[in-house]
Amino acid sequence: MPADGGIGAPNKRREDVRFLTGKGRYTDDLNRHGQTHMYILRSQVAHGRINGIDTAEAEAMEGVVAILTGKDFEGVGSIPCGWQVTDRHGQPMQEPAHPVLAQGKVRHVGDPIAAVIAETLEQARDAAEAIVVDIEELPAVIDMKEAVKEGAPKVHDDLTSNLCYDWGFVEENKGAVDEAFEKAAHVTTLELVNNRLVANPMEPRVAIGEYDEADGMSTLYTTSQNPHVIRLLMGAFVLGIPEHKLRVVAPDVGGGFGTKIFHYAEEALATFAAKKIKRPVKWTSSRSEAFMSDAHGRDHVTKIELALDADNNFTAIRTDTYANMGAYLSTFAPSVPTWLHGTLMAGNYKTPLIYVNVKAVFTNTVPVDAYRGAGRPEATFQLERLIDKAARELGVDPIALRRQNFITQFPYATPVAVEYDTGDYNATMDTLETMIDRAGFEARAAESKKNGKLRGLGVNCYIEACGIAPSNLVGQLGARAGLYESATVRVNATGGLVVMTGSHSHGQGHETSFPQVIAEMIGIDPNMVEIVHGDTANTPMGMGTYGSRSLAVGGSAMVRATEKIINKAKKIAAHLLEAADSDIELKDGKFSVAGTDKSVAWGDVTLAAYVPHNYPLEDIEPGLEETAFYDPSNFTYPSGAYACEVEVDPETGKVTIESFAAADDFGNIVNPMIVEGQVHGGIAQGVGQALLEGAVYDADGQLLTGSYMDYAMPRADDLPFYAVDHSNGTPCTHNPLGVKGCGEAGAIGSPPAVVNAVIDALQRGGHDITHINMPLTPGRVWAAMNGQ
Amino acid sequence: MYAFELERPTSLADAEKAIAGGGQPLSGGQTLIPTLKQRLAMPETLVSLTAIDELKGISKEGDMLVIGGATCHADVAADGSYPALSALAGKIGDPHVRNRGTIGGSLGNNDPSACYPSAALASGATIVTNKRELAADDYFTGLFETALDEGEFIKAVKFPIPEKAAYIKFEQPASRFALVGVFVAKGANGVRVAVTGASEGGVFRWTEAEQALSSNFSASALDGLTVSADNMIGDIHGSKAYRAHLVGVVTKRAVNAC
Ligand SMILES: Cc1cc2nc3c(=O)[nH]c(=O)nc-3n(C[C@H](O)[C@H](O)[C@H](O)COP(=O)(O)OP(=O)(O)OC[C@H]3O[C@@H](n4cnc5c(N)ncnc54)[C@H](O)[C@@H]3O)c2cc1C
Repeated sequence: MPADGGIGAPNKRREDVRFLTGKGRYTDDLNRHGQTHMYILRSQVAHGRINGIDTAEAEAMEGVVAILTGKDFEGVGSIPCGWQVTDRHGQPMQEPAHPVLAQGKVRHVGDPIAAVIAETLEQARDAAEAIVVDIEELPAVIDMKEAVKEGAPKVHDDLTSNLCYDWGFVEENKGAVDEAFEKAAHVTTLELVNNRLVANPMEPRVAIGEYDEADGMSTLYTTSQNPHVIRLLMGAFVLGIPEHKLRVVAPDVGGGFGTKIFHYAEEALATFAAKKIKRPVKWTSSRSEAFMSDAHGRDHVTKIELALDADNNFTAIRTDTYANMGAYLSTFAPSVPTWLHGTLMAGNYKTPLIYVNVKAVFTNTVPVDAYRGAGRPEATFQLERLIDKAARELGVDPIALRRQNFITQFPYATPVAVEYDTGDYNATMDTLETMIDRAGFEARAAESKKNGKLRGLGVNCYIEACGIAPSNLVGQLGARAGLYESATVRVNATGGLVVMTGSHSHGQGHETSFPQVIAEMIGIDPNMVEIVHGDTANTPMGMGTYGSRSLAVGGSAMVRATEKIINKAKKIAAHLLEAADSDIELKDGKFSVAGTDKSVAWGDVTLAAYVPHNYPLEDIEPGLEETAFYDPSNFTYPSGAYACEVEVDPETGKVTIESFAAADDFGNIVNPMIVEGQVHGGIAQGVGQALLEGAVYDADGQLLTGSYMDYAMPRADDLPFYAVDHSNGTPCTHNPLGVKGCGEAGAIGSPPAVVNAVIDALQRGGHDITHINMPLTPGRVWAAMNGQ
Repeated sequence: MYAFELERPTSLADAEKAIAGGGQPLSGGQTLIPTLKQRLAMPETLVSLTAIDELKGISKEGDMLVIGGATCHADVAADGSYPALSALAGKIGDPHVRNRGTIGGSLGNNDPSACYPSAALASGATIVTNKRELAADDYFTGLFETALDEGEFIKAVKFPIPEKAAYIKFEQPASRFALVGVFVAKGANGVRVAVTGASEGGVFRWTEAEQALSSNFSASALDGLTVSADNMIGDIHGSKAYRAHLVGVVTKRAVNAC
């Protein structure tokens, strides 16, 4: 460990002191003077026409301040979608309006119909019950394949069908891919479901709107991963408030996992209502509301095929995916099954020809959008399950088949439009094989058998694209925003620093790891650096935290700004030391003249910047504060190899995870403890998806898993102790830190490892089962074993 | 939650009066409070039972274990004089639930997936109410249904302590209530097998298994015995067939654990 607590030190997370002692300041902890409470009346049916809303009785009830319905939002903008996908035929996706409150129709259980604002929450709720909504229930479409059939009920009457887009990637390759399949020596096919998930951050969403008549300023306190993005989307597209009159604050946020990226109706409602009634308006989601209003994740149905030549080299991959959009397009929804999924279909393998088809479909369900990994877990799962199946069909070792097809030369341009900069997949796999004592597996399996259990080993690789990404590239791909990041580094007179970053921290530990980078660059104690984030009033425009981009993109912006600081500080030091700028070296917080023992301390230089008595005022300005925006030139490509050992109880179908190993290449590591924590959490979510979690709707569009009584979250005793390694880092070549990002890896890499292990166990037990759809609950595994 | 009156009597007599007057018993609140929060019930008055000493505590009367209706699961778990029952109580919910939730509330509610009903039925317990004593066989009448009349509540539960007993809960993955739970007891009442979690009719006795075990108290005596899937619960956590299958597996495991 570096003695200075800089890059590479496992510093304890300084934010945990407040989180663990109950001193975190979450949005719901805030109460504004004169605050009112908002309750949202939501649709109880999946699809219906609103013939009338009668609020008369409710409005007369005690404590009611205002009631808003769709009518109040007729002149107001639609909740925007941040990404436009172009379909196979060059046409833009079908993009329906997304009203803040239902206009004429409700389209999913939980769709907001009216907002009641009252002195207390209970009064608001009482009044909401007194609102009479005349809804004519319409047939709902829940199943994606049903939804795209001719004559299916339409979620949006003004669209031609429920098909949002039919995307082909790379369309020009289609013919060559089909040809490769015709010529293949072997073809492996797999049909599977990537189960729909509810993100379930510990803290539910909250929004508090406030309006100051004195200066015409609106403020929104919200549980967001990206306050600037909310300011832009809500201000410019929904409510028409210019940025200088709108402040968005995301204080401590208790987990996001993607679902707190998006702009939600409740944010606009609270902001709009506060201005209307000239009092603060607070809304806090209940857990039940979260299940039916937070954007869900995943929900793909896929057929994937792999073509191999006679030597078991992969020659082509072809996929056909239906991706659920839900009832409306959430902020980044269209990009998830396309640019965050199709571009990853090469995985770690040198398959020369790939064609990905994705049909995005509207259904009467909660909108689906990015959830930890977003598109990449879906790509990894299908590919790595498929390779396992191919190995079994061909009678070859699944690890050997992978190794044979690994990409080994970097940079590597995939046939799906991305260029991997670095990686060493064999080294990572070597490490994994030693971590899991593969040689000892047969003995462990025999031991399990003695106890009446079936043991299986599952291995897989993953690659992901993080640090999203070059703005000009994503612009071509349909993004309606830039994806740079920003930082302002302010050095105080006595040498301490404040970094104002656009990257929001909601569990990632930025307040600890970001200072380590600056400490390393200047050679000072990381405790001299404070991180400020989450408030548009005091941070530069940032695009937020998702896609494991904070350190790679936000951290790089901070590095650039700090470089500017150091350059200027060197000039000041040169002046103080009466030397040339180019002779000044900075080390251990000291500026010295090369080859001499003349030096001046960091603090003396910073003081001179603010007390510029002896200062080159004719050449440089006083003060020491710099801002940098950083726009990356490529994504980063973390990769890894994961392994899972399970036992299956053949009598009950219950799966227990016996061991789990993760070997990751995250490039350079700033804080290994935080990295491990991110991997641990990611694996917990991946295991959750593989074994426990699944959002289920019935045919009428009622959410059967609307609470923790039916939606199973992973608990500590569902998880093993993990073996985690990140010693094979190949630094990213195109960001100044050489970092790749680690936030999503665990959730991406773990589901196929678990499912591969279960299938392996069942096969070893003599069951000819090639796939079971997640979650692999005891009931499902038993049903598969018993042909049901 | 709708507004309600809360009474907190400290004597049984006051509680009886309040309940006779239309109040609904509130014990640990682990079921009732979430229900109220979701506005799924609208009681005018709740009568809290947990401040009444006579309703709390565990004592032995001869070979009977008598548990006050307002005794929390954690106390039963810690008691140990009826090991299988203590083990059952120790696996209900989490520490919060066990320190609030009570046996009277659990049996009063009769959730088809709850644990205690199987213990009461398999042990041949007696439910002591403020009006009468009811044999467990007569007490459970269906899903969330009991033989309790209006104004009647559970004062205590008397468990004959069997010679051997065990409860095995196969957990529903989300709620960790019983997907199938089986309580097997062998004692003065013979062998009794009660199954919870599985049936659309709530907790039930598996009489075929009881007969088989009466002549040969070993898991192998159950070989080939099955319950019909017809009346089993089928949901996203397991089909009817799966639950029917689990009844056999879990019963064997309970016998082995005796
Ligand atoms: C997270 C969680 C996990 C749980 N897991 C399990 C589990 O694994 N297994 C399990 O069995 N249970 C489980 N429970 C339920 C728990 O055991 C409850 O405590 C129990 O179901 C109700 O008991 P209570 O004392 O809280 O009753 P309350 O919630 O106070 O009351 C429940 C009902 O019983 C009535 N009632 C209360 N007392 C009496 C009485 N003396 N006489 C008649 N009627 C009465 C009430 O009017 C009400 O209708 C769980 C609960 C939670 C919240």
